[in-house]
Amino acid sequence: MSTALLTDLTIFILALLVGIEVIGKVPATLHTPLMSATNAIHGIVLVGALLIGLTAHNAVGYVIAFIAAFFAGANVVGGYVVTGRMLKMFRRKPAQAPEQPELAAANGHKGLKGLVSRMSRTES
Amino acid sequence: MSGFNGYIQLVYVLVAAMFVVGLHLMNSPATARRGNQVAQGGMVIAVVATLVLLIHAGTVTATGWVVLIVGSLLGSAVGLWAARTVQMTAMPQLVSAFNAVGGGAAALVAVYGYYEAEARVTGVLGTTSVFTVLDVLIGSVTFSGSIVAAGKLQGVIPGQPIIFKGARLVNLGLAVVAVGTAAFMFSTASLPALLIVVLASLAFGVLMVLPIGGADMPVVISLLNAFTGTAVAMAGFVIGNWALIVAGALVGASGSILTKLMADAMNRSLANIILGGFGTGDSAGAVEAAADAHVRSIAADDAAIQLAYASKVIIVPGYGLAAAQAQHGVAELATTLEERGIEVSYAIHPVAGRMPGHMNVLLAEANVPYPQLKEMDEINPEFARADVALVIGANDVTNPAARRPGNDISGMPILDVDQAKAIIVVKRSMGTGYAGMENELYFDPKTSMFFADAKKAMTELTAAVKTLVG
Repeated sequence: MSTALLTDLTIFILALLVGIEVIGKVPATLHTPLMSATNAIHGIVLVGALLIGLTAHNAVGYVIAFIAAFFAGANVVGGYVVTGRMLKMFRRKPAQAPEQPELAAANGHKGLKGLVSRMSRTES
Repeated sequence: MSGFNGYIQLVYVLVAAMFVVGLHLMNSPATARRGNQVAQGGMVIAVVATLVLLIHAGTVTATGWVVLIVGSLLGSAVGLWAARTVQMTAMPQLVSAFNAVGGGAAALVAVYGYYEAEARVTGVLGTTSVFTVLDVLIGSVTFSGSIVAAGKLQGVIPGQPIIFKGARLVNLGLAVVAVGTAAFMFSTASLPALLIVVLASLAFGVLMVLPIGGADMPVVISLLNAFTGTAVAMAGFVIGNWALIVAGALVGASGSILTKLMADAMNRSLANIILGGFGTGDSAGAVEAAADAHVRSIAADDAAIQLAYASKVIIVPGYGLAAAQAQHGVAELATTLEERGIEVSYAIHPVAGRMPGHMNVLLAEANVPYPQLKEMDEINPEFARADVALVIGANDVTNPAARRPGNDISGMPILDVDQAKAIIVVKRSMGTGYAGMENELYFDPKTSMFFADAKKAMTELTAAVKTLVG
């Protein structure tokens, strides 16, 4: 077993243990933002996608690099933005101007549920 | 390792540390935003360092640059659009989609690594293959599995378990093909073999998730999240990058913890969920309200009186609440009650939503302050002090039958709603929950049933409370 591999394995195991320790302290309230934050963090695979460029010199390489970069880019940016959006909603006290309930419903919801919510809106 | 690459690797270590600190800051809603920003900063540094490395190496062709830049910018734009426009109720789908792309990208990194190494004279090294193969296996399963999961959550694919004759056998066959071919690759370098592994894994991912019902989605998403993390860590081994290894391990740990929490909260083993069973679709059985003598029905006005003259109310939201888009209505009712000096809190069961913590996000969106959102262990002792427990769209998680042995939900952790002095259940009908069994809570003499759509019920209750107290 090479030293490099041994180092990599050591880092992997230690990171797993650190992860278990750190994540275990996250309250259930934040589990959804936690999951989307970790989503963004695994977007680090973008680095791997970019590194493909080092040796990609033919069509196959370019196609793989393109798809990988596309996927990872969506992962990173989307993950962070949506996490930020969610965390912004967690307030200790209610905000001064509460969001209009109709506003969220008006954005609609696919299918039957949307229909039901729309119907109940017309009734009220 | 040359000096320059050593420095870059050092930067990656810094990035890994920032990820850990960022996740650590997520241990409280007050610091969580900063945590996300720290992790984000780490990501920016990682990308910049990588670009510096690419420029320094100088081997990226002009086409290569175009491909990389256009690819990542287009991807970022799509990600940004999705993140900005997604409804909070659709969060599980989005997370699932991000799992898919993350896993897919990780698999592609390994596929390319293999393709590139195979073209070289030295060929593929045995030790590299282990991680390459694992990355491709896990990454591909995650990719297709997450797409199916997202489709089920979005309603594009039916939420009910989809089971066909011999599905298990086909799945077993696919697993044997994928693992067998992977094992073959250890001795013989072969690109076609890798493609077989990819295709078999993709098919396996689809067939793994199809038989799983909508109600089991919190477990599935968590599991696929853990898979993605692991795939990314494996990609890190393949390209020898510590940032990927650490980030992947962190996500793997997080996903595993959440998977276990969710499975425990549903009182089911992971094997039981994956191997398929009674998990059903989104729609709770639309059984007509049975005219059962033991069930007491109540109208909005009476329910409002109970609420308005209570001093402590605990609201128990379930997925039915989100399905009826009633989060905002509940929040409004709670505010009205609070204005009367009534203590209001929310009892959130771990599987109240479609993914871990989903209900908390939905209520936070409806402007409910997070100190009011209480976890199961925290709120259970408080039910005995509550004058009214208002159950909205929650069923199995409130069934006292779970405390007795000998039924489908025996041993499932439940909210002690039956301890409250009075219980009001808002429900469309007497239909059963996912476990398909009667909820004993509804037959409790302390319980009154308010048969209505959750959203409409909240509007009526709020109005009634307001008229009542002027």
